[in-house]
Amino acid sequence: MNIHLKVWRQKQKGDSGKLVSYDVETDEGSSFLEMLDILNEQLVAKGEDSVSFDHDCREGICGMCSLSINGIPHGPDGATTVCQLHMRRFKDGDTLVVEPWRSRAFPVVKDLVVDRGAFDRIIQAGGFITSRTGSAVEANVHPIPKPIADYAMDAASCIGCGACVAACPNSSAMLFTAAKVSHMNSLPQGKAEKDKRTLAMVDRMDAEGFGNCTNYGECQGVCPKEIKLDVIAQLNRDYAVAKTKKFLGAAI
Amino acid sequence: MSSLVKKYIMAISGFVLSAFVFVHMIGNLQVFMPPSAINDYAYFLHHMLPWEVLWGFRFTLLAAVVLHVWTAIQLKIENAAARPQSYQVNASVVATPAARYMAFSGMIMLAFIVFHILHYTVRSTHPEFKMFMTMNDDGEKMFDAYAMMIYGFSSEFWYVSAFYIISMASLALHLSHGVSSMFQSLGLRNELWRYRLNAFAAFYGIVLFIGFSSIPAAVLISEKTGVQLLQTKPVLEGVKSWDKKSPIITNYENCLSCCPSSGKVTK
Ligand code: HEM
Ligand code: SF4
Ligand code: FES
Repeated sequence: MNIHLKVWRQKQKGDSGKLVSYDVETDEGSSFLEMLDILNEQLVAKGEDSVSFDHDCREGICGMCSLSINGIPHGPDGATTVCQLHMRRFKDGDTLVVEPWRSRAFPVVKDLVVDRGAFDRIIQAGGFITSRTGSAVEANVHPIPKPIADYAMDAASCIGCGACVAACPNSSAMLFTAAKVSHMNSLPQGKAEKDKRTLAMVDRMDAEGFGNCTNYGECQGVCPKEIKLDVIAQLNRDYAVAKTKKFLGAAI
Repeated sequence: MSSLVKKYIMAISGFVLSAFVFVHMIGNLQVFMPPSAINDYAYFLHHMLPWEVLWGFRFTLLAAVVLHVWTAIQLKIENAAARPQSYQVNASVVATPAARYMAFSGMIMLAFIVFHILHYTVRSTHPEFKMFMTMNDDGEKMFDAYAMMIYGFSSEFWYVSAFYIISMASLALHLSHGVSSMFQSLGLRNELWRYRLNAFAAFYGIVLFIGFSSIPAAVLISEKTGVQLLQTKPVLEGVKSWDKKSPIITNYENCLSCCPSSGKVTK
Protein backbone atom coordinates (compact mmCIF):
# COMPACT_ATOMS: atom_id res chain seq x y z
CA MET A 1 0.00 0.00 0.00
CA ASN A 2 1.09 3.54 -0.66
CA ILE A 3 0.98 6.17 2.07
CA HIS A 4 1.55 9.90 1.70
CA LEU A 5 3.26 11.14 4.83
CA LYS A 6 3.70 14.67 6.04
CA VAL A 7 6.27 14.44 8.77
CA TRP A 8 7.42 17.17 11.14
CA ARG A 9 11.12 17.77 10.56
CA GLN A 10 13.07 19.93 12.97
CA LYS A 11 16.87 19.93 13.24
CA GLN A 12 17.14 20.67 16.95
CA LYS A 13 15.57 22.30 19.99
CA GLY A 14 14.52 25.87 19.31
CA ASP A 15 14.66 25.59 15.51
CA SER A 16 11.55 26.27 13.54
CA GLY A 17 10.56 23.05 11.88
CA LYS A 18 8.20 22.23 9.04
CA LEU A 19 6.14 19.42 7.59
CA VAL A 20 7.92 17.50 4.83
CA SER A 21 6.08 15.20 2.43
CA TYR A 22 7.22 11.62 1.72
CA ASP A 23 5.65 8.71 -0.12
CA VAL A 24 6.15 5.29 1.44
CA GLU A 25 5.39 1.90 -0.05
CA THR A 26 4.52 -0.36 2.88
CA ASP A 27 2.61 -3.46 3.86
CA GLU A 28 -0.72 -3.67 5.67
CA GLY A 29 0.87 -6.03 8.17
CA SER A 30 3.59 -3.62 9.25
CA SER A 31 3.20 -1.49 12.32
CA PHE A 32 3.21 2.27 12.12
CA LEU A 33 6.75 2.40 13.47
CA GLU A 34 7.93 -0.26 10.99
CA MET A 35 6.48 1.89 8.25
CA LEU A 36 8.65 4.75 9.55
CA ASP A 37 11.63 2.36 9.61
CA ILE A 38 11.02 1.69 5.92
CA LEU A 39 10.90 5.40 5.26
CA ASN A 40 14.18 5.85 7.13
CA GLU A 41 15.88 3.12 5.13
CA GLN A 42 14.85 4.93 1.96
CA LEU A 43 16.15 8.22 3.30
CA VAL A 44 19.49 6.72 4.40
CA ALA A 45 19.88 5.05 1.00
CA LYS A 46 19.46 8.47 -0.60
CA GLY A 47 21.98 9.94 1.82
CA GLU A 48 19.37 12.03 3.62
CA ASP A 49 18.93 12.52 7.35
CA SER A 50 16.57 9.89 8.80
CA VAL A 51 13.46 10.86 10.74
CA SER A 52 14.04 10.70 14.51
CA PHE A 53 11.25 9.25 16.62
CA ASP A 54 11.10 7.73 20.10
CA HIS A 55 10.45 4.02 20.58
CA ASP A 56 11.67 1.18 22.72
CA CYS A 57 9.55 -1.86 23.58
CA ARG A 58 7.25 -1.70 20.57
CA GLU A 59 4.77 -3.75 22.52
CA GLY A 60 2.77 -1.03 24.24
CA ILE A 61 4.35 -1.12 27.68
CA CYS A 62 7.27 1.30 27.86
CA GLY A 63 5.58 4.58 26.95
CA MET A 64 8.36 5.81 24.66
CA CYS A 65 6.51 6.01 21.34
CA SER A 66 4.87 9.38 20.98
CA LEU A 67 3.44 10.39 17.63
CA SER A 68 0.41 12.40 16.80
CA ILE A 69 -1.31 11.15 13.64
CA ASN A 70 -3.72 13.54 11.94
CA GLY A 71 -4.05 15.43 15.21
CA ILE A 72 -4.69 12.43 17.44
CA PRO A 73 -1.93 11.29 19.82
CA HIS A 74 -1.19 7.57 19.27
CA GLY A 75 -3.45 7.64 16.21
CA PRO A 76 -7.06 6.78 15.60
CA ASP A 77 -7.42 3.59 17.66
CA GLY A 78 -8.52 3.80 21.28
CA ALA A 79 -6.45 2.15 24.01
CA THR A 80 -3.53 1.62 21.64
CA THR A 81 0.00 3.00 21.66
CA VAL A 82 1.26 4.07 18.27
CA CYS A 83 3.74 1.17 18.26
CA GLN A 84 0.77 -1.19 18.41
CA LEU A 85 -1.03 0.54 15.58
CA HIS A 86 -0.92 -1.29 12.28
CA MET A 87 -1.04 0.02 8.77
CA ARG A 88 -4.12 -2.11 7.99
CA ARG A 89 -5.93 0.57 9.98
CA PHE A 90 -5.38 2.91 7.02
CA LYS A 91 -6.28 2.82 3.36
CA ASP A 92 -4.04 2.78 0.32
CA GLY A 93 -3.36 6.36 -0.71
CA ASP A 94 -4.13 7.92 2.69
CA THR A 95 -2.37 11.11 3.70
CA LEU A 96 -1.11 11.04 7.27
CA VAL A 97 0.27 14.06 9.10
CA VAL A 98 2.75 12.97 11.75
CA GLU A 99 3.67 15.47 14.46
CA PRO A 100 5.44 15.38 17.81
CA TRP A 101 3.65 16.04 21.13
CA ARG A 102 3.05 19.78 21.45
CA SER A 103 3.50 21.35 24.83
CA ARG A 104 5.72 24.02 26.31
CA ALA A 105 6.74 21.47 28.93
CA PHE A 106 7.74 18.93 26.25
CA PRO A 107 10.20 20.77 23.99
CA VAL A 108 10.97 19.12 20.65
CA VAL A 109 14.52 17.74 20.68
CA LYS A 110 14.63 16.64 17.05
CA ASP A 111 11.93 15.81 14.47
CA LEU A 112 9.35 13.76 16.37
CA VAL A 113 11.31 13.37 19.59
CA VAL A 114 10.29 15.46 22.58
CA ASP A 115 11.89 15.82 26.00
CA ARG A 116 9.49 14.40 28.58
CA GLY A 117 11.81 15.10 31.52
CA ALA A 118 9.03 17.17 33.08
CA PHE A 119 7.23 13.90 33.88
CA ASP A 120 10.33 12.50 35.57
CA ARG A 121 10.55 15.61 37.73
CA ILE A 122 6.89 15.26 38.76
CA ILE A 123 7.67 11.68 39.84
CA GLN A 124 10.80 12.86 41.65
CA ALA A 125 8.69 15.34 43.58
CA GLY A 126 6.64 12.61 45.27
CA GLY A 127 5.68 9.74 43.02
CA PHE A 128 7.34 7.15 45.23
CA ILE A 129 7.33 5.68 48.72
CA THR A 130 10.11 7.04 50.90
CA SER A 131 10.66 4.05 53.14
CA ARG A 132 12.01 0.81 51.75
CA THR A 133 9.14 -1.63 51.73
CA GLY A 134 11.46 -4.59 51.32
CA SER A 135 10.75 -7.68 49.34
CA ALA A 136 7.25 -9.03 48.89
CA VAL A 137 5.68 -9.77 52.26
CA GLU A 138 3.18 -12.44 53.16
CA ALA A 139 0.05 -11.63 51.12
CA ASN A 140 -2.32 -11.03 54.03
CA VAL A 141 -0.17 -8.63 56.03
CA HIS A 142 -1.80 -5.63 54.40
CA PRO A 143 -5.42 -6.48 53.70
CA ILE A 144 -6.55 -4.42 50.69
CA PRO A 145 -10.12 -4.82 49.44
CA LYS A 146 -10.20 -6.12 45.90
CA PRO A 147 -11.98 -3.09 44.37
CA ILE A 148 -9.36 -0.78 45.86
CA ALA A 149 -6.51 -2.99 44.69
CA ASP A 150 -8.07 -2.97 41.20
CA TYR A 151 -8.47 0.79 41.26
CA ALA A 152 -4.85 1.29 42.27
CA MET A 153 -3.70 -1.22 39.67
CA ASP A 154 -5.65 0.55 36.93
CA ALA A 155 -4.10 3.87 37.92
CA ALA A 156 -0.66 2.25 38.07
CA SER A 157 -0.96 1.07 34.49
CA CYS A 158 -0.10 4.57 33.24
CA ILE A 159 3.07 4.23 31.18
CA GLY A 160 3.95 7.92 31.28
CA CYS A 161 3.75 8.37 27.53
CA GLY A 162 2.40 11.93 27.69
CA ALA A 163 -0.41 11.45 25.18
CA CYS A 164 -2.77 13.01 27.71
CA VAL A 165 -0.75 16.24 27.63
CA ALA A 166 -0.48 16.07 23.86
CA ALA A 167 -4.25 15.66 23.41
CA CYS A 168 -5.34 18.21 25.98
CA PRO A 169 -6.25 21.58 24.42
CA ASN A 170 -4.67 23.12 27.53
CA SER A 171 -1.57 20.87 27.59
CA SER A 172 -2.56 19.83 31.09
CA ALA A 173 -0.69 16.98 32.77
CA MET A 174 -3.51 16.20 35.17
CA LEU A 175 -4.28 12.70 33.93
CA PHE A 176 -0.67 11.56 34.31
CA THR A 177 -0.12 13.26 37.67
CA ALA A 178 -3.48 12.11 38.97
CA ALA A 179 -2.84 8.51 37.89
CA LYS A 180 0.41 8.48 39.85
CA VAL A 181 -1.09 10.22 42.89
CA SER A 182 -4.19 7.99 42.93
CA HIS A 183 -2.16 4.81 42.59
CA MET A 184 -0.02 5.61 45.62
CA ASN A 185 -2.59 7.40 47.74
CA SER A 186 -4.94 4.41 47.55
CA LEU A 187 -2.60 1.82 49.02
CA PRO A 188 -1.46 1.44 52.64
CA GLN A 189 2.24 1.98 51.94
CA GLY A 190 1.51 5.16 50.03
CA LYS A 191 -1.14 6.57 52.33
CA ALA A 192 1.43 7.52 54.95
CA GLU A 193 2.70 10.38 52.78
CA LYS A 194 -0.53 11.11 50.97
CA ASP A 195 -0.85 14.83 51.70
CA LYS A 196 2.80 15.65 51.29
CA ARG A 197 2.99 13.76 48.01
CA THR A 198 -0.15 15.36 46.59
CA LEU A 199 1.01 18.90 47.33
CA ALA A 200 4.52 18.31 46.04
CA MET A 201 3.50 16.65 42.78
CA VAL A 202 0.92 19.31 41.94
CA ASP A 203 3.42 22.07 42.71
CA ARG A 204 5.96 20.45 40.42
CA MET A 205 3.35 19.91 37.69
CA ASP A 206 2.44 23.61 37.78
CA ALA A 207 6.09 24.70 37.84
CA GLU A 208 6.83 22.68 34.69
CA GLY A 209 4.48 24.91 32.71
CA PHE A 210 1.64 22.54 31.92
CA GLY A 211 -1.80 24.13 31.47
CA ASN A 212 -4.81 23.90 33.75
CA CYS A 213 -7.35 21.11 33.47
CA THR A 214 -10.76 22.30 32.30
CA ASN A 215 -12.44 18.89 32.21
CA TYR A 216 -12.58 18.42 28.45
CA GLY A 217 -11.84 14.71 28.78
CA GLU A 218 -9.61 14.51 25.68
CA CYS A 219 -6.88 12.85 27.79
CA GLN A 220 -9.13 9.95 28.68
CA GLY A 221 -10.10 9.66 25.01
CA VAL A 222 -6.51 9.06 23.83
CA CYS A 223 -4.91 7.35 26.82
CA PRO A 224 -3.52 4.01 25.61
CA LYS A 225 -4.00 2.59 29.10
CA GLU A 226 -7.57 3.85 29.50
CA ILE A 227 -6.83 5.85 32.62
CA LYS A 228 -10.15 7.39 33.69
CA LEU A 229 -11.07 10.92 34.69
CA ASP A 230 -11.86 9.38 38.08
CA VAL A 231 -8.23 9.75 39.04
CA ILE A 232 -8.37 13.49 38.34
CA ALA A 233 -11.39 13.79 40.61
CA GLN A 234 -9.42 11.96 43.29
CA LEU A 235 -6.45 14.27 42.83
CA ASN A 236 -8.74 17.30 43.12
CA ARG A 237 -10.20 15.84 46.30
CA ASP A 238 -6.90 14.77 47.86
CA TYR A 239 -5.35 18.13 47.05
CA ALA A 240 -8.23 20.03 48.65
CA VAL A 241 -7.82 17.96 51.83
CA ALA A 242 -4.04 18.34 51.88
CA LYS A 243 -4.17 22.07 51.22
CA THR A 244 -6.73 22.61 53.96
CA LYS A 245 -4.69 20.59 56.45
CA LYS A 246 -1.60 22.57 55.55
CA PHE A 247 -3.47 25.85 55.87
CA LEU A 248 -4.69 24.86 59.33
CA GLY A 249 -1.19 23.88 60.35
CA ALA A 250 -1.97 20.20 60.84
CA ALA A 251 0.88 17.69 60.71
CA ILE A 252 1.06 16.21 57.22
CA MET B 1 -2.05 30.14 43.38
CA SER B 2 -1.96 26.55 42.18
CA SER B 3 -3.88 25.35 39.15
CA LEU B 4 -6.19 23.30 41.35
CA VAL B 5 -7.08 26.21 43.62
CA LYS B 6 -8.07 28.18 40.52
CA LYS B 7 -10.35 25.32 39.56
CA TYR B 8 -11.93 25.35 43.01
CA ILE B 9 -12.62 29.07 42.61
CA MET B 10 -14.20 28.47 39.20
CA ALA B 11 -16.32 25.66 40.58
CA ILE B 12 -17.52 27.38 43.74
CA SER B 13 -18.29 30.68 42.02
CA GLY B 14 -19.91 28.72 39.19
CA PHE B 15 -22.00 26.83 41.72
CA VAL B 16 -23.22 30.04 43.35
CA LEU B 17 -24.14 31.51 39.96
CA SER B 18 -25.80 28.32 38.72
CA ALA B 19 -27.95 28.09 41.84
CA PHE B 20 -28.83 31.77 41.59
CA VAL B 21 -29.99 31.59 37.98
CA PHE B 22 -32.42 28.83 38.88
CA VAL B 23 -33.98 30.75 41.77
CA HIS B 24 -34.07 33.86 39.59
CA MET B 25 -35.90 31.95 36.89
CA ILE B 26 -38.53 30.69 39.32
CA GLY B 27 -39.01 34.26 40.56
CA ASN B 28 -39.42 35.54 37.01
CA LEU B 29 -41.91 32.85 36.02
CA GLN B 30 -44.38 34.48 38.40
CA VAL B 31 -45.01 36.79 35.47
CA PHE B 32 -47.42 34.12 34.23
CA MET B 33 -49.55 34.60 37.34
CA PRO B 34 -51.75 37.68 37.77
CA PRO B 35 -49.62 40.88 37.62
CA SER B 36 -49.89 41.42 41.35
CA ALA B 37 -47.85 38.26 41.99
CA ILE B 38 -44.60 39.48 40.50
CA ASN B 39 -45.18 43.03 41.70
CA ASP B 40 -45.67 41.85 45.26
CA TYR B 41 -42.58 39.71 44.90
CA ALA B 42 -40.55 42.70 43.70
CA TYR B 43 -41.96 44.78 46.55
CA PHE B 44 -40.99 42.07 49.00
CA LEU B 45 -37.41 41.94 47.71
CA HIS B 46 -36.92 45.68 47.72
CA HIS B 47 -38.93 46.91 50.69
CA MET B 48 -39.74 44.12 53.08
CA LEU B 49 -36.52 42.12 53.04
CA PRO B 50 -33.95 43.83 55.29
CA TRP B 51 -31.60 45.80 53.03
CA GLU B 52 -28.64 43.94 54.51
CA VAL B 53 -30.03 40.71 53.11
CA LEU B 54 -30.66 42.13 49.65
CA TRP B 55 -27.24 43.72 49.53
CA GLY B 56 -25.68 40.59 51.00
CA PHE B 57 -27.05 38.64 48.07
CA ARG B 58 -25.99 41.28 45.59
CA PHE B 59 -22.49 41.41 46.99
CA THR B 60 -22.14 37.61 46.94
CA LEU B 61 -23.26 37.51 43.31
CA LEU B 62 -20.95 40.32 42.31
CA ALA B 63 -18.04 38.63 44.08
CA ALA B 64 -18.89 35.34 42.35
CA VAL B 65 -18.98 36.98 38.91
CA VAL B 66 -15.75 38.89 39.48
CA LEU B 67 -13.88 35.83 40.80
CA HIS B 68 -15.32 33.61 38.08
CA VAL B 69 -14.42 35.91 35.21
CA TRP B 70 -11.05 36.90 36.62
CA THR B 71 -10.05 33.27 37.16
CA ALA B 72 -11.39 32.29 33.73
CA ILE B 73 -9.15 34.93 32.12
CA GLN B 74 -6.12 33.70 34.06
CA LEU B 75 -6.82 30.09 33.12
CA LYS B 76 -7.19 31.02 29.47
CA ILE B 77 -3.93 32.99 29.40
CA GLU B 78 -1.98 30.20 31.11
CA ASN B 79 -3.51 27.53 28.93
CA ALA B 80 -2.65 29.41 25.76
CA ALA B 81 0.94 29.79 27.00
CA ALA B 82 1.20 26.07 27.73
CA ARG B 83 1.15 25.27 24.01
CA PRO B 84 3.21 27.93 22.24
CA GLN B 85 3.35 25.89 19.05
CA SER B 86 0.04 24.47 17.94
CA TYR B 87 -0.57 21.37 15.85
CA GLN B 88 -0.79 21.63 12.08
CA VAL B 89 -3.76 19.29 12.22
CA ASN B 90 -6.17 19.50 15.12
CA ALA B 91 -8.62 16.79 16.02
CA SER B 92 -10.95 16.36 18.92
CA VAL B 93 -11.74 12.93 20.28
CA VAL B 94 -14.35 13.40 22.99
CA ALA B 95 -14.56 17.06 24.10
CA THR B 96 -18.07 18.49 23.67
CA PRO B 97 -18.69 21.80 21.87
CA ALA B 98 -20.05 23.13 25.17
CA ALA B 99 -16.70 22.47 26.83
CA ARG B 100 -14.72 23.98 23.98
CA TYR B 101 -16.80 27.15 23.82
CA MET B 102 -16.96 27.93 27.56
CA ALA B 103 -15.08 31.21 27.19
CA PHE B 104 -17.19 32.22 24.19
CA SER B 105 -20.52 31.49 25.87
CA GLY B 106 -19.14 33.16 29.00
CA MET B 107 -18.31 36.34 27.08
CA ILE B 108 -21.82 36.57 25.67
CA MET B 109 -23.16 36.13 29.19
CA LEU B 110 -20.84 38.80 30.56
CA ALA B 111 -22.13 41.29 28.00
CA PHE B 112 -25.62 40.14 28.89
CA ILE B 113 -25.11 40.60 32.63
CA VAL B 114 -23.96 44.20 32.13
CA PHE B 115 -26.87 45.02 29.86
CA HIS B 116 -29.40 43.18 32.01
CA ILE B 117 -28.43 45.13 35.13
CA LEU B 118 -28.69 48.46 33.30
CA HIS B 119 -31.95 47.33 31.72
CA TYR B 120 -33.99 45.95 34.61
CA THR B 121 -32.06 46.75 37.80
CA VAL B 122 -30.77 50.29 37.21
CA ARG B 123 -33.57 50.84 34.65
CA SER B 124 -31.56 53.40 32.74
CA THR B 125 -32.32 52.17 29.22
CA HIS B 126 -35.91 53.41 28.92
CA PRO B 127 -37.35 56.52 30.63
CA GLU B 128 -40.72 54.74 30.89
CA PHE B 129 -39.34 52.05 33.21
CA LYS B 130 -39.07 54.29 36.25
CA MET B 131 -42.61 55.57 35.74
CA PHE B 132 -44.52 52.27 35.76
CA MET B 133 -46.76 52.28 38.82
CA THR B 134 -49.59 50.14 40.01
CA MET B 135 -51.84 49.86 43.05
CA ASN B 136 -51.38 47.05 45.49
CA ASP B 137 -54.14 45.29 47.40
CA ASP B 138 -54.16 48.02 50.04
CA GLY B 139 -54.55 50.74 47.44
CA GLU B 140 -50.96 51.98 47.82
CA LYS B 141 -48.93 52.96 44.79
CA MET B 142 -46.03 50.64 44.05
CA PHE B 143 -43.59 49.94 41.27
CA ASP B 144 -45.04 47.94 38.38
CA ALA B 145 -42.36 45.39 37.50
CA TYR B 146 -44.88 43.48 35.37
CA ALA B 147 -45.34 46.43 33.02
CA MET B 148 -41.60 46.95 32.84
CA MET B 149 -41.04 43.35 31.72
CA ILE B 150 -43.82 43.60 29.12
CA TYR B 151 -42.65 46.89 27.69
CA GLY B 152 -38.98 45.84 27.79
CA PHE B 153 -39.71 42.79 25.64
CA SER B 154 -42.36 44.33 23.40
CA SER B 155 -42.00 44.05 19.63
CA GLU B 156 -40.71 47.62 19.40
CA PHE B 157 -37.54 46.29 21.08
CA TRP B 158 -37.45 42.92 19.35
CA TYR B 159 -33.65 43.06 19.25
CA VAL B 160 -33.60 43.17 23.06
CA SER B 161 -35.72 40.03 23.22
CA ALA B 162 -33.48 38.41 20.61
CA PHE B 163 -30.39 39.27 22.64
CA TYR B 164 -31.98 37.85 25.79
CA ILE B 165 -32.85 34.61 24.05
CA ILE B 166 -29.37 34.25 22.50
CA SER B 167 -27.83 34.89 25.91
CA MET B 168 -30.02 32.25 27.49
CA ALA B 169 -28.91 29.79 24.82
CA SER B 170 -25.32 30.64 25.82
CA LEU B 171 -26.22 30.08 29.44
CA ALA B 172 -27.68 26.69 28.60
CA LEU B 173 -24.59 25.73 26.62
CA HIS B 174 -22.27 26.99 29.37
CA LEU B 175 -24.09 25.09 32.08
CA SER B 176 -24.49 21.89 30.09
CA HIS B 177 -20.73 21.54 30.61
CA GLY B 178 -20.32 23.61 33.77
CA VAL B 179 -22.84 22.00 36.09
CA SER B 180 -21.15 18.61 35.72
CA SER B 181 -17.64 19.99 35.45
CA MET B 182 -17.84 21.81 38.77
CA PHE B 183 -18.29 18.49 40.58
CA GLN B 184 -15.21 17.13 38.85
CA SER B 185 -13.20 20.21 39.80
CA LEU B 186 -14.14 19.73 43.43
CA GLY B 187 -13.38 16.02 43.28
CA LEU B 188 -16.99 15.03 43.78
CA ARG B 189 -17.51 12.88 40.71
CA ASN B 190 -16.58 9.42 39.44
CA GLU B 191 -17.26 7.33 36.32
CA LEU B 192 -20.79 6.53 37.44
CA TRP B 193 -21.67 10.06 38.44
CA ARG B 194 -19.92 11.56 35.44
CA TYR B 195 -22.65 10.16 33.20
CA ARG B 196 -25.42 11.07 35.59
CA LEU B 197 -24.17 14.60 36.17
CA ASN B 198 -23.57 15.16 32.45
CA ALA B 199 -27.19 14.22 31.82
CA PHE B 200 -28.36 16.40 34.68
CA ALA B 201 -26.28 19.35 33.42
CA ALA B 202 -27.83 19.11 29.96
CA PHE B 203 -31.28 18.91 31.51
CA TYR B 204 -30.56 21.88 33.78
CA GLY B 205 -29.40 23.96 30.82
CA ILE B 206 -32.52 23.14 28.81
CA VAL B 207 -34.84 23.93 31.73
CA LEU B 208 -33.17 27.30 32.23
CA PHE B 209 -33.30 28.09 28.54
CA ILE B 210 -36.99 27.29 28.28
CA GLY B 211 -37.86 28.99 31.56
CA PHE B 212 -36.11 32.28 30.85
CA SER B 213 -36.81 32.49 27.12
CA SER B 214 -40.50 31.80 27.64
CA ILE B 215 -40.93 35.34 28.99
CA PRO B 216 -39.78 37.42 25.98
CA ALA B 217 -41.41 34.81 23.74
CA ALA B 218 -44.74 35.09 25.62
CA VAL B 219 -44.67 38.89 25.39
CA LEU B 220 -44.26 38.74 21.62
CA ILE B 221 -46.91 36.04 21.24
CA SER B 222 -49.42 37.94 23.37
CA GLU B 223 -48.75 41.18 21.55
CA LYS B 224 -48.87 39.77 18.04
CA THR B 225 -51.40 36.95 18.22
CA GLY B 226 -54.70 36.22 19.83
CA VAL B 227 -53.09 33.99 22.41
CA GLN B 228 -53.12 36.10 25.55
CA LEU B 229 -50.44 34.63 27.79
CA LEU B 230 -49.69 38.01 29.32
CA GLN B 231 -51.58 41.29 29.58
CA THR B 232 -49.60 43.21 27.01
CA LYS B 233 -52.41 45.42 25.77
CA PRO B 234 -53.05 47.64 28.81
CA VAL B 235 -49.30 48.16 29.31
CA LEU B 236 -48.57 49.17 25.73
CA GLU B 237 -51.61 51.43 25.57
CA GLY B 238 -50.52 53.13 28.77
CA VAL B 239 -47.10 53.81 27.28
CA LYS B 240 -48.64 55.17 24.08
CA SER B 241 -50.77 57.72 25.88
CA TRP B 242 -48.05 58.68 28.36
CA ASP B 243 -47.56 62.43 28.88
CA LYS B 244 -43.81 61.99 29.60
CA LYS B 245 -44.20 63.34 33.16
CA SER B 246 -46.68 61.53 35.32
CA PRO B 247 -46.53 57.88 36.43
CA ILE B 248 -47.87 55.29 34.00
CA ILE B 249 -50.58 53.47 35.89
CA THR B 250 -51.83 50.30 34.29
CA ASN B 251 -55.19 48.79 35.17
CA TYR B 252 -55.02 45.06 34.72
CA GLU B 253 -57.85 42.66 34.39
CA ASN B 254 -58.26 41.17 37.79
CA CYS B 255 -58.99 37.85 36.27
CA LEU B 256 -60.89 36.68 39.30
CA SER B 257 -62.68 34.13 37.20
CA CYS B 258 -59.58 32.46 35.86
CA CYS B 259 -57.50 32.45 39.00
CA PRO B 260 -59.54 32.68 42.16
CA SER B 261 -56.36 32.39 44.19
CA SER B 262 -55.53 35.98 43.24
CA GLY B 263 -58.26 36.69 45.78
CA LYS B 264 -58.33 40.29 46.77
CA VAL B 265 -59.30 42.86 44.20
CA THR B 266 -57.97 46.38 44.11
CA LYS B 267 -60.17 48.67 46.18
C1 HEM C 1 -24.61 33.44 35.00
C2 HEM C 1 -23.38 33.37 34.89
C3 HEM C 1 -22.47 32.16 34.94
C4 HEM C 1 -22.68 30.91 35.44
C5 HEM C 1 -23.92 30.40 36.12
C6 HEM C 1 -21.46 30.15 35.22
C7 HEM C 1 -21.26 28.84 35.61
C8 HEM C 1 -20.11 28.13 35.39
C9 HEM C 1 -19.82 26.82 35.90
C10 HEM C 1 -20.73 26.02 36.81
C11 HEM C 1 -18.59 26.45 35.44
C12 HEM C 1 -17.86 25.15 35.71
C13 HEM C 1 -16.77 25.32 36.72
C14 HEM C 1 -15.86 24.13 36.78
O1 HEM C 1 -15.65 23.45 35.80
O2 HEM C 1 -15.31 23.86 37.83
C15 HEM C 1 -18.10 27.50 34.62
C16 HEM C 1 -16.90 27.49 33.94
C17 HEM C 1 -16.44 28.53 33.15
N1 HEM C 1 -16.99 29.79 33.04
FE1 HEM C 1 -18.78 30.32 33.78
N2 HEM C 1 -20.56 30.93 34.55
C18 HEM C 1 -21.13 32.17 34.37
C19 HEM C 1 -20.57 33.26 33.77
C20 HEM C 1 -19.38 33.25 33.10
C21 HEM C 1 -18.82 34.38 32.46
C22 HEM C 1 -19.45 35.75 32.41
C23 HEM C 1 -17.64 33.95 31.92
C24 HEM C 1 -16.62 34.68 31.09
C25 HEM C 1 -16.27 35.61 30.69
C26 HEM C 1 -17.46 32.57 32.22
C27 HEM C 1 -16.41 31.81 31.82
C28 HEM C 1 -16.21 30.51 32.17
C29 HEM C 1 -15.14 29.70 31.67
C30 HEM C 1 -14.06 30.10 30.68
C31 HEM C 1 -15.29 28.46 32.29
C32 HEM C 1 -14.43 27.28 32.02
C33 HEM C 1 -13.50 27.01 33.07
C34 HEM C 1 -13.23 25.58 32.95
O3 HEM C 1 -13.40 25.03 31.86
O4 HEM C 1 -12.90 24.99 33.94
N3 HEM C 1 -18.54 32.17 32.94
N4 HEM C 1 -19.03 28.53 34.60
S1 SF4 D 1 -2.31 8.89 31.70
FE1 SF4 D 1 -2.44 7.66 29.81
S2 SF4 D 1 -1.91 9.15 28.21
FE2 SF4 D 1 -1.24 10.06 30.14
S3 SF4 D 1 0.90 9.45 30.37
FE3 SF4 D 1 -0.32 7.89 31.42
S4 SF4 D 1 -0.65 6.31 29.89
FE4 SF4 D 1 0.00 8.11 28.77
S1 FES E 1 7.41 1.77 22.03
FE1 FES E 1 7.00 1.10 24.08
S2 FES E 1 4.95 1.66 24.29
FE2 FES E 1 5.26 2.13 22.23
